Amino acid sequence: MVTYIIRRLIWGVFMLAIVSVITFAIFFLVPRLAGATSESLATRYVGRTASAEQVKIAAEKLGFNDPLIVQYGRFAKGIVAGADYDYGPGVERCPAPCFGYSFLTRLPVWPDLLNRLPVTISLALGAAVIWLVAGVATGVVSALRRGSFFDRAAMSIALAGVSLPIFFTGIVSLVVFSYGRPLAFAAPGGSFTPFFDNPAMWAYSLILPWITLAFLYAAGYARLTRSGMLETMNEDYIRTARAKGLTERVVVFKHGLRGALTPILTIFGLDLGLLMGGAVLTESTFSLPGIGKYAIDAITNQDLPKVMGVTLVAAFFVVMANLVVDLLYAVVDPRVRLT
Amino acid sequence: MSERITGQKSFLELNDLRIHFPTDDGVVKSVDGLSFRLERGKTLGIVGESGSGKSVTSLGVLGLHKGTRARISGEIWLDGEELVSATQEHVRTLRGKKMAMIFQDPLSAMHPYYTVGAQIIEAYRIHHKVGKAVARKHAIDMLGRVGIPQPERRVDSYPHEFSGGMRQRAMIAMALSCDPELLIADEPTTALDVTVQAQILDLMRDLQQEFNSALIIITHDLGVVAELADDILVMYGGKCIEYGGAEDIFERPEHPYTWGLLGSMPRLDRERTERLMPIKGTPPSLINVPDGCAFHPRCAFEGRTEGRARTRVPELLETEGGHLVRCHLTRDERRGIWENEIKPNLESA
Repeated sequence: MVTYIIRRLIWGVFMLAIVSVITFAIFFLVPRLAGATSESLATRYVGRTASAEQVKIAAEKLGFNDPLIVQYGRFAKGIVAGADYDYGPGVERCPAPCFGYSFLTRLPVWPDLLNRLPVTISLALGAAVIWLVAGVATGVVSALRRGSFFDRAAMSIALAGVSLPIFFTGIVSLVVFSYGRPLAFAAPGGSFTPFFDNPAMWAYSLILPWITLAFLYAAGYARLTRSGMLETMNEDYIRTARAKGLTERVVVFKHGLRGALTPILTIFGLDLGLLMGGAVLTESTFSLPGIGKYAIDAITNQDLPKVMGVTLVAAFFVVMANLVVDLLYAVVDPRVRLT
Repeated sequence: MSERITGQKSFLELNDLRIHFPTDDGVVKSVDGLSFRLERGKTLGIVGESGSGKSVTSLGVLGLHKGTRARISGEIWLDGEELVSATQEHVRTLRGKKMAMIFQDPLSAMHPYYTVGAQIIEAYRIHHKVGKAVARKHAIDMLGRVGIPQPERRVDSYPHEFSGGMRQRAMIAMALSCDPELLIADEPTTALDVTVQAQILDLMRDLQQEFNSALIIITHDLGVVAELADDILVMYGGKCIEYGGAEDIFERPEHPYTWGLLGSMPRLDRERTERLMPIKGTPPSLINVPDGCAFHPRCAFEGRTEGRARTRVPELLETEGGHLVRCHLTRDERRGIWENEIKPNLESA
């Protein structure tokens, strides 16, 4: 078990290294293939108003004239050990993990990401609780009453849920339910209160994004749970459970749902990991200052260091989520052996 | 029927049991007018091909079709209580305690995520108000009694950690955990190695004597019922087509279908070069059961009934001493065919 975790962690680091190579290649190799020069890359850092001479000096100092492999080494070293940046006026220390400085704000990327992480985590975890409970409950009831009015209605809504984009459902919910609107019970978009400042306000500020995001996922989970339950309730061991004289409630929840939950758990872990890297559409729609919003802003402004930072952080969460899911799998299903 | 006592119910008695499933294609008549009796300490073997209604019958006795779309009629008397008209909840309290079932494939019939012990403990605690420790001790006892070595250790194993034979023993331990008076075993040895089959059959015989329970063995394997059964009921197309003591069925079978079953049974005392005699054709659709005798399209002797087999459903009639046959051939015709045409072929070496 321990050796398994260690091996998986080493693999995870390896995966992240590959992601970093690809990210680096996209941002530094591809532009060169498209005709960019050291100078045109440096222009981003010093601004368009700089003279040709200043750009040349900046390109030299930023190391754009070095071989690519050296540049990647410097980039990777910055993430692991931090880096010293020399813009001209003086040397600035960028502590690890250093993803560089924003072109726009001149601030280092990592502290920015750290500030935004609580928003994204709050959003993802809150929504996850809602969609897991609502999705699984709906799926179970639908499966047990297959073909009933509830089943058909729930599955139609679920179909709408997986089909409607966040920016539609999100805006509709803002128009109908946010502060000052006819059925107001939630904060308007753009507000976020940290949990430790005021938990009630935290929930109030996030309730609409939670519901919007959860609606999308709950729909998928309801369908998944329904088909999983229909399958497990046909298993021989369910018949055995009934033959023992168990009440139907125990048969459904202890024997049926337990069997159907395993694939749901897998997908849940991966979904959560993906969302930790930023719920781009939800954060944009509700103007929440999370990682996803950060990524969108960075892309719009072509702020490369930020984009690279977000990419690697998101990749980190996905790799970790995969590991956690695989470990949980062994807990949930005793037939799984981790070796 | 072999021990008919007028006015008194047998321990288990089925009267004209019908279990029909409405589907989009028509009504599936899985069990269509089945009657039999069984006393404590006796073993009934129910024999037939896949789809003959054997398993549906057993699930019906346990009341597992209640609350589904199945249409059930007739009577099931268990120890003086009628179960078809009883509430679902009442039958549930009898399940596992008064009547229990052993299923065919113990790997799929046990929950893969719970330990063997937990599954036995669960079965015991539904029907007994005892603590976990007491139930656990009982589970270990039961595992020991069905011959699982080191039961105090194996109680915490998962089903996939057991071998096939061990799993079936664990399944039997689970079924017997509440001392059921009626035990139904649905193809209990089909999924097992031949050597293990014999052990499991021995075990079941010993346990039945110990518990003095009524035992129903459902199988397509005549060898299994030859080992265990006192009486044998042959099912075809949801109906009983022959019923009698084990000796009657093996020594003096009277139904062409039973002859076919005997002919398709591999035997060691026959020459290797000799072909088995399979029954031609396939089991009937239970939606469009053939007119007349359900077996007539596959019957080699149908031509000797002057067309009756094609038009009229034969009745289940006593030929002698509790031996019942559902066939249009006369008793003398059947005995003649068996003695002169079938038996010599079966026994020729």
